[in-house]
Amino acid sequence: MTAAGAGVARVRPAGRALLGLSGLAGLLVLVELLPRAGIVSDRSLPPTSRILAALADEAATAAFWVAVGDTLTAWAIGLAVAVAAGVAVGVLIGAVPVLRAVTASTVEFLRPIPSVALIPLAVLLYGSDLGSTLLLVVYAAFWQVLVQVLYGVADVDPVAEETARSFRFTAAARIRYVLWPTALPYVFTGVRLAASVALVLAVTAELVIGAPGLGAVIAVAQTSGAIPTMYALIVVTGLIGVAINLAARRAERHFLAWHQSVRGEVAA
Amino acid sequence: MLEVKGLRKVYRSGRREVEALRDLTFTVAEGELVCLVGPSGCGKTTLLRCIAGLLEPTSGEVTVGDKSGLAIVFQEYGRSLFPWLTVRDNVDLPLRQKKVARARRRELVAEALTAVGLDGTESAYPWQLSGGMQQRVAIARAVAYEPSILLMDEPFAAVDAQTRADLEDLVRSLWQRLGVTILFVTHDIDEAVYLGQRVLMLSASPTVVQDELAVDLPAERDQLHTRADPRFAALRTRVYAQIQAAKARTGTASGAAGELSSADR
Amino acid sequence: MTGVLRRLLLIVGLPAALIVTWYAASANSENFYAPPLRQILAAFADTWTPERLRADVLPSLARLGAGYLLAGLIGIAAGVAIGASPRLRAAAEPVLEFFRAVPPPVLVPVIMLFAGIGNGMKVIVIVSGCVWPVLLNTVEGVRSTDSVLSDTTRAYGITGVARLRHLLLPAASPRIVAGLRQALSIAIILMVISEMFAASNGLGFTIVQFQRSFAIPEMWSGIILLGLLGFGLSELFRLAEHFALAWYHGLRDAQRRS
Repeated sequence: MTAAGAGVARVRPAGRALLGLSGLAGLLVLVELLPRAGIVSDRSLPPTSRILAALADEAATAAFWVAVGDTLTAWAIGLAVAVAAGVAVGVLIGAVPVLRAVTASTVEFLRPIPSVALIPLAVLLYGSDLGSTLLLVVYAAFWQVLVQVLYGVADVDPVAEETARSFRFTAAARIRYVLWPTALPYVFTGVRLAASVALVLAVTAELVIGAPGLGAVIAVAQTSGAIPTMYALIVVTGLIGVAINLAARRAERHFLAWHQSVRGEVAA
Repeated sequence: MLEVKGLRKVYRSGRREVEALRDLTFTVAEGELVCLVGPSGCGKTTLLRCIAGLLEPTSGEVTVGDKSGLAIVFQEYGRSLFPWLTVRDNVDLPLRQKKVARARRRELVAEALTAVGLDGTESAYPWQLSGGMQQRVAIARAVAYEPSILLMDEPFAAVDAQTRADLEDLVRSLWQRLGVTILFVTHDIDEAVYLGQRVLMLSASPTVVQDELAVDLPAERDQLHTRADPRFAALRTRVYAQIQAAKARTGTASGAAGELSSADR
Repeated sequence: MTGVLRRLLLIVGLPAALIVTWYAASANSENFYAPPLRQILAAFADTWTPERLRADVLPSLARLGAGYLLAGLIGIAAGVAIGASPRLRAAAEPVLEFFRAVPPPVLVPVIMLFAGIGNGMKVIVIVSGCVWPVLLNTVEGVRSTDSVLSDTTRAYGITGVARLRHLLLPAASPRIVAGLRQALSIAIILMVISEMFAASNGLGFTIVQFQRSFAIPEMWSGIILLGLLGFGLSELFRLAEHFALAWYHGLRDAQRRS
């Protein structure tokens, strides 16, 4: 179904931004007022002003920035490894039809295994090191990329494939000139999905296992009862998440402006 | 019956105003089949949406004999049928909304599907049918609703020529058999003359009724002989000339018509 | 006949080969962390007895089910309300984008502040993590309801609750299902994490206990059970989707062919 919104009641861009800002402001005011009015205890939910003050305090410490750096490092390394592995495996499986048929059931079985199931294993193997975080991040992000690449490879136009064969392209040339360009938009979608999953798993590993990073700092703030600090750090993880989502979406649009109209989004 | 009096519609977007309909007045009598033609972008769809109550007119009034008895067939058959409902349920849903008794509903649905030649497709989904058949489902849905007026918005603009001829004959025969009042909007002059008892010609936007013409062809029409009739040729020439005149006269207004296109399409 | 056999071979071939390889390669394993598969399988049978399943797996599944269901209901209800109003949507969008971007597990400590460490906390944790993908997808689904279909509904006087039931919900259902699918994997993650934090029973709790007491074969058996659970739930979801969205897949195929 190609669809346009109800054309009559459209909100214009300037109005949209203003409404969006007012929505955010409303949230901030609400969080300020709820504890102040005593509707929720300020030990459960400190008012906005105190969370912001705690955020300012944190931002002034070196430890905070080290934690942010650790989280982003784990995220970036994990994502890079997952993307490289996902693309390599995906193209290999995709290029060889027999392989595709043989591996399909295994991929379907391994993909839904929750990555957190590996937490105990990660702890045993790496303790509370970067390795633990990477194991979880790579595992979770790898499937996102792989599945999208496989969708992409399956989308290759049979006519293009046969054209390439009729000109006696080598296997490498077929991958380079037919398979890869078709799969590229899907690779981007996979990277976008993997980027946000990787952040979730990085913070999770730090939080649960205690590997260095924002998650570990949140756990410390929680156990020491520094509630405003804990909220401030959670806000930071959310902001990093928003930044990653926006950047990934923008990058996708930028690189694939030529391709958007040709393909439909595959629901992951 | 349908009465449109002094209908005017102005679109506002920010500080810009576009007058789509200037002043439209006409009536469609009980049991009449009237065709509306006009140059493209002349606000036919805006007019139909105002009559159907989907758009609030800026001024003027629309009187439908019985407001609940209004059915509409859109050009985009693929998008106006519910893809998650079977053919039967598509026809049935408006009747359920109208609180028609179950037994009567079953009757109406079966009769309507038979009338449009769709026996045996009740439990198919619309997307399993060809385009022409999908439009038949939409017509069956409108007919089963037992409307006091049936609005058709360029219903055959998106089907192939063969199917189109079949569907035109279907509309004629349904109208003759059921005595339903029909307002048929089209941009095709031949179609308007072939189908209508009367043809209303609209000007380019901002729209007024330019002229009207009684079609004095015999009531029994068929694709082969009617279209070869010299009288048919004379009538279509007259309509054609009027439309061309309408375009030429309001050539200066074509800019405004262009701005309208999103609302009109 | 050979076709069926061939397909069966393709499906079970590689998994069987992998398991056999694992079994053979680990048969004489001296590695403390990677015990022989034989031992793991024996531990599986010993560990996951019916009593154990009732005491640890059932509570986990009950919390998962309750949280997931609630998240679905809240997400769809709020999503329809927001999606149907362009103004509300514009106002809510940045806030929703933020909540979606917060990694769900960090909500565990927050919700512990409000709801303690009981069953309620774990259900709320699951709800608070799962609701966003459902909500955002529902908003998108309702927003992109076809305009011609919407006009048709209005012209036939289908309004109010009937419009919700016969137009908005079915039209948004493909997106809603996509959101529910994302939410399912988040729900499993949160079920495990919330039990690792604070619990006296449940799958996550038990597996961490095994790991802490260095009961390695038992820990592996727990990981396998979690994997089977994830796989089973996703197959169940696929089956439900197959029936619920049969019309949508048919429509898509029809459009692709034309």
